[in-house]
Amino acid sequence: MSSGHPFLRKVFFLLIVRPIMALVMGMNVRHRERLPSTGPAVICANHNSHFDTLALMALFPLADLPKVRAVAAADHFMKDNATGWIARNLIGILPIVRGGTKGNSDPLEPLAEALAQDMILIVYPEGTRGEPEQRGALKKGISWLSQRLPEVPVIPVFLHGLGTVLPRGAFVPVPYFCDVVIGEPLGAHQSREATMAALEDAITTLAGETPFQPWD
Amino acid sequence: MTIAGYAFSPVGTTLVVLGAVLGVATVLIGAMRAAGKPQAGELMARIGTWWVLFAFVAIALAIGRTGGIVLLALVSFLALKEYFSLIPTRRADRLVLLVAYLAIPIQYVLIDHGQYGIFIVFIPVYMLMAVPAAMVIRGETDGFLRATATIHWGLMACVFAVGHAAALLTIDDKSVSNGEFDVRYGAALFLVLLILTGLNDVAQYVSGKLFGQTRISPTVSPNKTREGFIGGVIVTAVASAILAPLLTPFSIGFAAAIGAALAIVGFFGDLTLSALKRDLGIKDTGTMLPGHGGILDRIDSLVFTAPLFFHLTRYFYF
Repeated sequence: MSSGHPFLRKVFFLLIVRPIMALVMGMNVRHRERLPSTGPAVICANHNSHFDTLALMALFPLADLPKVRAVAAADHFMKDNATGWIARNLIGILPIVRGGTKGNSDPLEPLAEALAQDMILIVYPEGTRGEPEQRGALKKGISWLSQRLPEVPVIPVFLHGLGTVLPRGAFVPVPYFCDVVIGEPLGAHQSREATMAALEDAITTLAGETPFQPWD
Repeated sequence: MTIAGYAFSPVGTTLVVLGAVLGVATVLIGAMRAAGKPQAGELMARIGTWWVLFAFVAIALAIGRTGGIVLLALVSFLALKEYFSLIPTRRADRLVLLVAYLAIPIQYVLIDHGQYGIFIVFIPVYMLMAVPAAMVIRGETDGFLRATATIHWGLMACVFAVGHAAALLTIDDKSVSNGEFDVRYGAALFLVLLILTGLNDVAQYVSGKLFGQTRISPTVSPNKTREGFIGGVIVTAVASAILAPLLTPFSIGFAAAIGAALAIVGFFGDLTLSALKRDLGIKDTGTMLPGHGGILDRIDSLVFTAPLFFHLTRYFYF
C-alpha cells in the first residue's frame, strides 16, 4: 500500500496543515523530545477528531513524513469521497478492516508489515472518535501487536481540545488551543490485559499533566 | 517614507532608542548568565520574547496605520482563543464561539473607519445581544447565564479593551490644537501606550525584587509588593513626562499624571488576570511567549491601560 503522493503530502503539510495548527488553532506540546525520530514505533493516542492525525503528523519534520502512517478504518476512509481522497493521497493512511478477524485474514497484519519496514504508526486504540472530548474504552489489538513485536516501542499520547475544534459530525472547525502530551514508551508486560492497563494508566497520567476545564 | 526617514521620525527615533535599551538589557542578562546567576536563563527567555514583540511593533508601525490595526486584531484573536481554551465552555456553544470570533474583524474594521460612535458600542451593546441570540438558537438553557457572561467578558477584555490601542492609530487624521511640530500623533501615542505599559510591568517587577518588603495582595498574587507597586508608578510617571514632549501633545504635568494612572490600572489588570488564573487553577495562560507564558499573561495590563489612555487622550486633547 503506497503512502500517497510524497510531494503533494509535504506541500499539504507545509502550506496548509502547519499554518492552521500554528495560527488558527495553536498547539501546546509537552515533552516533544519523546516523539520517536526513527521507526519502528507505535504512537497510541486517544481519539476525538479527524484533526488528531493532522496535529500529530504536523509535529514531525517534513523529511520524516513518508515514514509516519496513521492507521485508519478502511470502511470509513476507502470510500470514494473527498475525505477518503485526502486521507489516502495527502495523509497517506494505512487502512485496516474494523470489526475483528474475518475468515483467515489477520486485520493487524498490515501494521506488522509496516513496522517491519521501520514505519512510525499512529494508532487510536479507542477505534473511533466517539463522543468528543470523552475517552472511550480501548480495544485490545494494540496489545496483540506489542506481544508479537516486543522490541517495538509503544508511545502513549494524550490529546485534548481537537474534539472541540472539529468533533465527529461537524464541518466547521472552531479556533481553540489544543494540548498534546507525549509519554515515555511503555515497558514490557506479561499479559495482554496488563499491557492494556498500562496504556490506559499512561494516558490518564499524561492527561493529568495538562490543566483543562470540563466541556459539558 | 524611506527607511532613513522612518528612523529619523519621532516614532522611528524612539524605536531605535528602545532597541538600544533592549540591547543593553540583553548584554547585562548575558553577563549575569556568564556569572552563573540562576535566574539568568528565565530572564534571557523573557528578553528574547521582548525582542520578538519589539520587532512586530516596529514592522507594524513602519507599514503604518493598517499594519498596527492588523497586528492588534491578531493579538485580540490569539488572546480570545487563549481565553476560550482556558475557561469552562459548553458543548452546545461550539459554534457560538465562532460568532464571538466574528466580532474581531467587525470591531477592527469599525476602528479603521474611525467610527468612534459605533465601535465604542458594538461589543458592549450589540455583541451583548448577538452572543445570547446565537445561544438561544442552539436552545441549551443549562448554564446559560454563566456561558453568556464568560464569553462576553472575554470579548470585552480581549477585543474591546485591546482595540482601544488600535483606535489611537486613527487619531492621525484629526487636527491637533498644538501644531508646533510635525508629528503623526496616532503612531506616536500608540507607541507611548505600549512603552509605558511594558515599562510599568518591568519596573514593578524590578523594584519588587530590589526593595520588596510588604505583600500588597497576599491572596491573589503573593509576589506583588507595595514597594514594587510604588516603584512602578514613579518610573512610569517619570518616563511619561520624558516621552511626552517628543511624542505627544501632552503638557509635562498631564503626562506625569497619565503615566501614574496607567501604572495604577496596569497593576490592577495584572492582578485581575492573576485572580482569573487562580480561579481556574492554572499558572500560565499558555506557552506561546517563552518566559512570559501565554498572550494573556503579556497583555493583562494592556487590557486596563489601553482604554484609559485612549479616553484621557481623546477627552483632553482631541
